[in-house]
Amino acid sequence: MGRIQLKDVTKSFGDVQVIPPLNLTIEDGEFTVFVGPSGCGKSTLLRLIAGLEDITSGHIEIDGTDATDVPPAKRGLAMVFQSYALYPHMSVRKNIAFPLRMARMDKAEIDRRVEGAAQVLNLTDYLDRRPGQLSGGQRQRVAIGRAIVREPAAFLFDEPLSNLDAALRVGMRLEISELHKRLDTTMIYVTHDQVEAMTMADKIVVLRAGHIEQVGSPLELYRAPRNLFVAGFIGSPKMNLIEGPEAARHGAHTIGVRPEHISVVPEGGVWTGRVGVAEHLGSDTFFHIHDTGLADTITVRADGEVALSHGDQIHLSPRDDVIHRFDAQGLRIA
Amino acid sequence: MATRHSRSAARLMMAPAVVLLLGWMLVPLIMTLYFSFRNYFPLRPDRVPGWAGFSNYERFITSSSFWPSVQTTLVIVGGVLVITVLLGILLAMLLDQPMWGQGVVRILVIAPFFVMPTVSALVWKNMFMDPTNGLLAHLWRVFGAEPVAWLSQVPTGSIVMIVSWQWLPFATLILLTAIQSLDGEQLEAAEMDGAPPLKRFWFIILPHLARAITIVILIQTIFLLSIFAEIFVTTGGAFGTRTLTYLIFQRVLESQNVGLGSAGGVYAIILANIVALFLMRIVGKNLDA
Repeated sequence: MGRIQLKDVTKSFGDVQVIPPLNLTIEDGEFTVFVGPSGCGKSTLLRLIAGLEDITSGHIEIDGTDATDVPPAKRGLAMVFQSYALYPHMSVRKNIAFPLRMARMDKAEIDRRVEGAAQVLNLTDYLDRRPGQLSGGQRQRVAIGRAIVREPAAFLFDEPLSNLDAALRVGMRLEISELHKRLDTTMIYVTHDQVEAMTMADKIVVLRAGHIEQVGSPLELYRAPRNLFVAGFIGSPKMNLIEGPEAARHGAHTIGVRPEHISVVPEGGVWTGRVGVAEHLGSDTFFHIHDTGLADTITVRADGEVALSHGDQIHLSPRDDVIHRFDAQGLRIA
Repeated sequence: MATRHSRSAARLMMAPAVVLLLGWMLVPLIMTLYFSFRNYFPLRPDRVPGWAGFSNYERFITSSSFWPSVQTTLVIVGGVLVITVLLGILLAMLLDQPMWGQGVVRILVIAPFFVMPTVSALVWKNMFMDPTNGLLAHLWRVFGAEPVAWLSQVPTGSIVMIVSWQWLPFATLILLTAIQSLDGEQLEAAEMDGAPPLKRFWFIILPHLARAITIVILIQTIFLLSIFAEIFVTTGGAFGTRTLTYLIFQRVLESQNVGLGSAGGVYAIILANIVALFLMRIVGKNLDA
């Protein structure tokens, strides 16, 4: 079980309020991702849930009981840190066994659980090594192993993949998702990378300056961003935001069109422009279009094989049914 | 340093330093060895100089003051090490806490290290440990107790106290920098893992400090084996506070027997190496990895 509820939680450091009153419910078994630009308070929020920081006011409930004043060790949550925070002088086996030893579990049970976790995480061959002798991905797995042996009510991940290289990050992303499917335990995952958020989450919480901007499933956020901030943050490459007469024509202050919702047409089209930089990914090509009279640059996704080069004239036509409209306050017009 | 050429150039340029260092070590060592086999009494014309064979070595080790002096040396070194390391860890953890006036407090803590040994020993002897006018004597009287004549009743303990006071800042400073280099997330992880403060200290902080403690022990031992001024100005080697260093000093300067003192010097070298060997066995493995 791991249902976590935040009720009017605030956090201030001195006079600075980093988390204004915030309400959020995380359902049992849900994979929730806190995402936002750096300094938005997402890590602070995670540390408040963990109990590593005291909340200034409000309540935190875990499985219906008030956990506001419960010390971190008693909350039944396990955390995986950005730096992994492995104990460097202990072997992998001792690292993973540490929380169990602290809980005074008997030797045989500890061994059974450590072996089990090592098997799940492919660490069996490394149990007697020190963390210093492992690669980044292996250290990450040891940190996860130390969390899963406790059989916690929920896992807390604080940017766990940001120290890994790109290829390893994709692999670990899959492994963590796989682990979630298998354990079916609540997981809260903090990241600034919207790709991680989109690919892993059941529920994404978009934060800005301590405020929750929107909560929803990845596709909800993609299809119907509640405001300009979420619109710009979710989706890669970023949504094109267009103001002025073109927006007015759609009855909005700002309109947003995703690069994948604009097609390149040979003749006519709604907009015309000049090709700037073309980023060839093989499967797709992203064109940065200038001189459209709409915005500085319009990004367009095209087929990998489209033969256009720098300076060429280009005709574009957006898909009318997926144009997002926002009012002057930046809120979505339904 | 990759090519053969640059390597030989490097050797050439290091040569002066190596030669100087070798000379610095070898000349006194060889002279000590030479004198230890001589009957040599520079200020006593009645004694005939000449070769002594091993008689100096034999006389030094069979003297009734030899073994007690070795014991005193080990007691003082061991006592100071235990006190400075234990108190040093405690002080370092205290100083690591955020507090008002941190900078000033840290400078004050380091201050004793800058006081010269002779001066600090005199200050302790006259201002603190004097049985009639000393601060400690006053303190004892406040509580209605009979003042302790520190330097005659507990002479070895007094010297251990004085020397510990001098070396505590060194230990504290090294251990403080080591504590500051500990990754805070490790402590938080241990806290989440259910380790209460004492266990966090035992399982996380202490192992992290192991290397720094090793360095403190090794460096202090080197200097503590040769403490002299503190004994000279307080007890003058009386009341069983004669260390091996002090015994050698007495043989050379008080008895004017350079040969006997030199033999003692050779024993001191052997003792220092035995101590070093034990230390390396016990703590040296912390320096690997």
